[in-house]
Amino acid sequence: MATQQTTAAGRILVAPSVILLFAWMIVPLAMTLYFSSLRYSLLDAENSGFVGLQNYTAFLSDPDFIAALFNTLILVGSVLVISVCGGILVALLMDQPVFGQTVLRLMVIAPFFVMPTVSALVWKNLLMNPDSGLFAWIAISLGFSPVVWFTNHPMLSVIIVVSWEWLPFASLILLTALQSLDEEQKEAASLDGAGPISYFGYIVLPHIARAITVVILIETIFLLSVFAEIYVTTSGGPGVATTNIPFLVYKQALLDFDVGSASAGGVIAVVLANVVAIFLMRIVGRNLEG
Amino acid sequence: MGSIELVNVCKAFGGVKVINSVDFAITDGSFTVFVGPSGCGKSTLLRMIAGLEDVTSGQVLIDGLDMTNIGPAKRGLAMVFQSYALYPHMSVRGNIAFALKMARQPANVIEQKVKKAAGILNLTEYLDRKPRELSGGQRQRVAIGRAIVREPKAFLFDEPLSNLDAALRVQMRVEIDELHQKLKTTMVYVTHDQVEAMTMADRIVVLDKGAVAQIGSPLELYNKPNGLFVASFIGSPTMNLVMGPSAAKRGATTLGVRPEHVELSTTAGEWPAQVLHAEHLGSETFIYARAEGIGPLTIRLSGEATHHAGDRIFVTPREAHVHRFDKDGKRIG
Amino acid sequence: MAMKQSAGKRVGVTVLAWVVAFLIFFPILWTFITSFKSELDAIAMPPKFLFFNWTLENYVEVQSRSNYLRFAENSIILSIGANIVGLLISVPAAWSMAFAPTKRTKDVLMWMLSTKMMPAVGVLVPIYLLFRDLHLLDSLWGIGFVLMLLNLPILIWMLYTYFKEIPVDILEAARMDGASLLNEIIYILTPMAAPGIASTMLLTVILSWNEAFWTLNLATSNAAPLTAFIASYSAPEGFFWAKLSAASTLAIAPILVLGWFSQKQLVRGLTFGAVK
Repeated sequence: MATQQTTAAGRILVAPSVILLFAWMIVPLAMTLYFSSLRYSLLDAENSGFVGLQNYTAFLSDPDFIAALFNTLILVGSVLVISVCGGILVALLMDQPVFGQTVLRLMVIAPFFVMPTVSALVWKNLLMNPDSGLFAWIAISLGFSPVVWFTNHPMLSVIIVVSWEWLPFASLILLTALQSLDEEQKEAASLDGAGPISYFGYIVLPHIARAITVVILIETIFLLSVFAEIYVTTSGGPGVATTNIPFLVYKQALLDFDVGSASAGGVIAVVLANVVAIFLMRIVGRNLEG
Repeated sequence: MGSIELVNVCKAFGGVKVINSVDFAITDGSFTVFVGPSGCGKSTLLRMIAGLEDVTSGQVLIDGLDMTNIGPAKRGLAMVFQSYALYPHMSVRGNIAFALKMARQPANVIEQKVKKAAGILNLTEYLDRKPRELSGGQRQRVAIGRAIVREPKAFLFDEPLSNLDAALRVQMRVEIDELHQKLKTTMVYVTHDQVEAMTMADRIVVLDKGAVAQIGSPLELYNKPNGLFVASFIGSPTMNLVMGPSAAKRGATTLGVRPEHVELSTTAGEWPAQVLHAEHLGSETFIYARAEGIGPLTIRLSGEATHHAGDRIFVTPREAHVHRFDKDGKRIG
Repeated sequence: MAMKQSAGKRVGVTVLAWVVAFLIFFPILWTFITSFKSELDAIAMPPKFLFFNWTLENYVEVQSRSNYLRFAENSIILSIGANIVGLLISVPAAWSMAFAPTKRTKDVLMWMLSTKMMPAVGVLVPIYLLFRDLHLLDSLWGIGFVLMLLNLPILIWMLYTYFKEIPVDILEAARMDGASLLNEIIYILTPMAAPGIASTMLLTVILSWNEAFWTLNLATSNAAPLTAFIASYSAPEGFFWAKLSAASTLAIAPILVLGWFSQKQLVRGLTFGAVK
């Protein structure tokens, strides 16, 4: 099928994208690595040059960093649990023959398409505001005092917002996987006398296990970079209660203008993401063979 | 204006030799068929002539010019694909006109040529239809029309009839043949069906595992196969092959005799046999028998015959039509 | 389990499904409703659900006081512009991978996908400094370029999967018909792959429209798209809920519509084909 000519043409045609992506990835990344070895502050006149791994040791021992790492893991972990478990339940529900499937799907998927700044501000103000928010009204009607979400439970609030954004993604992917489970397996299971719980455990779960893994890996990649929601609601606060690694790097780079330190943080974020990416690429790679 | 020459053409994929030193010439205006079993390399060879596959070593000459490194667009050849490869988003007219459009011909010239090609192939009514609205045979014709309109040096057909049903296949065979008579352009035709080869070709190139087994006219191959492979491949039903004393008696390791070249008797003959199965087609009868010490034999009788399974018969080959092969499978004499 | 269920069970499941879906969708609905309230109604306790004076004043104000349209224009230019340029680069790349693959092609594709997994903060500093020095900060060109790079892997990947579904012999027929590579791509490949190209663009336009890291950090005023405009409501003056709702509704409405059409592409594209 391919001749020398088409192969040669192929190389030329793919070159621009390869060059661009290579430049996009390698050049800035290399620069980040380089900066992370410098003492370089945009504010200070004191740019004393190469300090080796000093930024890393400083960064890693900075209590703010420990907090940010902790927050990142909590955020990612919690959203994963909520969106995947919730996603499974929603997917199971939507897989049923229910009246008005199309409208239902639209409603369930919609939050994923809302831009993060809108999501965050709508939740913070219209829903979670302790004075006039909807949740406050619900609490009062039920006889409780309203929860002061973002002040008293900042991390939880952010988790709720981000989970709401990602639940549709998980639901959609898992629903797609569920729908590939053919009728015959279901019928065979019922003939074998399987009740709904064992049906779920022995038939459904293994079938969607791959989809669950993919959802987890992909969400993790994106959740490690949650930024806008925090930027718009808590600015990482109170204190560093909702500062995750992306926000910490941002703060150090664009607010504190400490390039060296921010770069070290950036490198650490890349390392974290790479760990997840390796697993994800293995699955994608297997799929590309097929 | 359409002579093609293959000079020591080889093709290797990785380390595997797919085409092994193929060397022959196709004369202008002839109808040449490449035939052989699956995997023999006939399609690959055709595609190398077309420029869709690289040549590892050797040369492809078209009208005496070395086209080995020239792309398919510039060779002046037209190809009819097995799957027809019609452009699904264009109408029949668009499909046929595309090549002319690529050649930047003026619109009125294109229109005229398209009409002419459509006329030859009975496609005029369908010019505005899309390929998905056509039957298999019609699509086949559009594929041919697309080729004709370019007035190429040669037509290349890659198993064009394999996707058609039997009746349509016979009809299209005739039409392609008539097309050849009319246009007098070189045609190179690939098929695995030796009946198509025998009925359509001026010359047949029989290929086996990437090498040429024999080249000749249909009757040459039928009457004088140069080896066991060609002998078994050409002719339907397959030639009877007999080893043992009968062959040795005649100075060969293997004897070949076609089902239509034997005498059948219920009383006496060289090879006693028992009828396993008889096929009565009315116009002819095929007898499948097992001969003692020899093995299965196929006999072809004209008209109707009364033999049935279980009958005892005697089969005698007609000496004039006996083929002899040596221990390497090559022809003797 | 689509077998015989009792009518009661079916009704129960239907009700449950609708309740769950409604709850998930509710914040969007609530925003929509609030956009038609006056600011005072918006903060009224107990909240007003349907019975209040529906007004369009917020929509008017969002344009007259904050020039909503300028931000919308930026969003449109960025999303569509970045992806059109991306398309021009991706179509040839995807052609190459689908029809002229080499031993390295799969690796290159995987590597491209992996660039999508790089966290933005990893390169925030150099990109920011680079943009500052090149005067690209707060410029549509600069931000558009970044958005394009973000989507290149997805564009190439998805176009690749669509191109692979096109039978190669149709392209070979075009070559036999004398088509150059450019002609082959323009006259044959693109029309045949048009639905796939359209749905891929749909997905990437949505992703660019919603992108909220680079747009927040590289834009200040001139090139600020809707993401940044909405973000400005995080430090508001006075009562702003109704205006926020109006601005939000306007900002998300087009995407909700497009998103509805791009569900399948979402699964295909964002899971990199790992889920069919």
